[in-house]
Amino acid sequence: MNRKAIKWGITISILLTILLSVCLIALSMGTMNISIDQLFWIFFKGVDSIEYTILMEIRVPRILVGIAVGGALSLAGVILQAIFRNPLVEPYTLGISGGAALGVSICIVLSLNQHYALSLPFFGMIGAGCIIIIIYMLNALGMVHNIQRLLLIGVMISFISNSLFMLIISLSKSEQMHSIMFWTMGSLEEPNRLLVYGLLAVSLIGCMIISIFSSDLNILSLGEEDAFYLGLNVERIRNVLLIMASILTGFSVSISGIIGFVGLVVPHFVRQFIGSDHRTIIPASYITGAIFLILCDLLARTIIRPMELPVGIVTGLVGGTIFIYALVKK
Amino acid sequence: MSNTIQKFPVLTVSQLRCSQSSQFQLNNISFDIVEGCCVGIIGPNGSGKTTLLKAVTGYIPAKQGNICYCNHSIESYNQKDLSKEIAIVLQSTELDQSICVEDYILLGRNPYKKRWQFWESEHDLKTVKKMMKFTQIESLRNRQINALSGGEKQLVRIARALAQEPKLFLLDEPTNHLDIAHQLQILTLLNRLKRENNMSIMIVLHDLNLASEFCDTLILMQHGTIFRMGSAKEVLTYQNIESVYHTTVVEGENPISKKPYVFLVSEDNLDLSKTQSKHITENIP
Repeated sequence: MNRKAIKWGITISILLTILLSVCLIALSMGTMNISIDQLFWIFFKGVDSIEYTILMEIRVPRILVGIAVGGALSLAGVILQAIFRNPLVEPYTLGISGGAALGVSICIVLSLNQHYALSLPFFGMIGAGCIIIIIYMLNALGMVHNIQRLLLIGVMISFISNSLFMLIISLSKSEQMHSIMFWTMGSLEEPNRLLVYGLLAVSLIGCMIISIFSSDLNILSLGEEDAFYLGLNVERIRNVLLIMASILTGFSVSISGIIGFVGLVVPHFVRQFIGSDHRTIIPASYITGAIFLILCDLLARTIIRPMELPVGIVTGLVGGTIFIYALVKK
Repeated sequence: MSNTIQKFPVLTVSQLRCSQSSQFQLNNISFDIVEGCCVGIIGPNGSGKTTLLKAVTGYIPAKQGNICYCNHSIESYNQKDLSKEIAIVLQSTELDQSICVEDYILLGRNPYKKRWQFWESEHDLKTVKKMMKFTQIESLRNRQINALSGGEKQLVRIARALAQEPKLFLLDEPTNHLDIAHQLQILTLLNRLKRENNMSIMIVLHDLNLASEFCDTLILMQHGTIFRMGSAKEVLTYQNIESVYHTTVVEGENPISKKPYVFLVSEDNLDLSKTQSKHITENIP
């Protein structure tokens, strides 16, 4: 048996154990505290109790969204940082979040969200999808000769969509402005069960597909030219990974809003402890991202209970502090 | 000469024209490399040496002409299969990642990775160990590559390329920025590869004397074309060097190997050297 495979197994099992315990803690804490030993009893016997309703209707979906979004954003961060060989790139750098925000704000300003519950994430996906298609076309048609230029184009697209977003806000009425702003700050609350499961499926399948490419990501992080000499079809792999990262980001953003810093901090954090092998980094980032987001969400909904903070604010505060700490320590 | 004719040509380049940027192109390049032969490419900066190496790997596509590896055009090869045959050590490869030496060299086994293979095979690990032993970097195994010295980094680059188990080995100025002991170590290594593994080597060198000492054939390039090609004695002449590099040198001979040796002359002594160059050549033992 390969020594690396054993090390991989140990790392992943430790992280999964941590994730499981964090999930249990997040289930038990909240506006109404439920002790952990009571949890099992409620799940199996207390179907009619209030606690059961709270758990199944509020806390479990939140945790599932937390796993899906935290994992997806961290993975997208890992991929983009490897492709662009730039540690400051994050999933939102390419303007995907700006596109989603634009879609959502248009939806709110046109009052389309009042008739149909799914219209908000739907418009978010359309907005994110447009940006993905623009970037993919530019890349696939060979109009961008240099991958670094693609990054700059992404930043510019991000600026443009942000300006359009501001324009729409300035034209909107004050109650619309409030709901747009609230969406922007991000939340893991998602009342629609179908969307929760859909998002979780997309993010888990994404993680598996990306895992197949993990050795290729190792080669790709040597740089394009070296990857070519090692027999890698750089163009194809890069396109697949770029699309995967965009889809993961697009889905997350359109359902949970803009939750910053997860995609930037988690890959750094994981790399510092686990090394540079993407075969380990990819699953480890997914799990660590989930843990991080669930913990941030727990903080967001318990720190000033019964009130709730937008989770984006907490991830920014906590993530930023961790990031600075990691940099100074290095 | 008689045994070179019997040897099998590994690489045949004919009438090659290609360009990396709009200002510069290679033109009308033709040459052969036979099995177990070391070809040195020399020439001034910007004469197209690196471009030629990259064209041979297929990284820069040919606009005209043909590059054949083992009688098949390199375009007909699958990129992964070609990287099992041809490996290149670039000057520009920066070892700035934090990855340990062994893992880095293992990346050189990528061409042999099967489609759904997740972990390296025992054979990969053995090959890497062999290459580390060959390049004498076993002791660096667990060191981070960004913390290595220049000479060690160069050996690591070479080991990674050797892990591809190539039959044609291309090197772009492998002795740059290295002290003489390391220069000698690397060139001796290449000599061993040539002799023991019958590997063909194409090497870009700036140091004419190293090129003369270690290469079987030299290609002198100028403005993207081949100016002269042949043995060191034929290429490293006073006239050739003056017309390509626009500098005056004095020819001599290595006292041990009897191969041509080129002495650089500073401009202050130029007048003196012109009158005495013949005299100096005769007086060198």
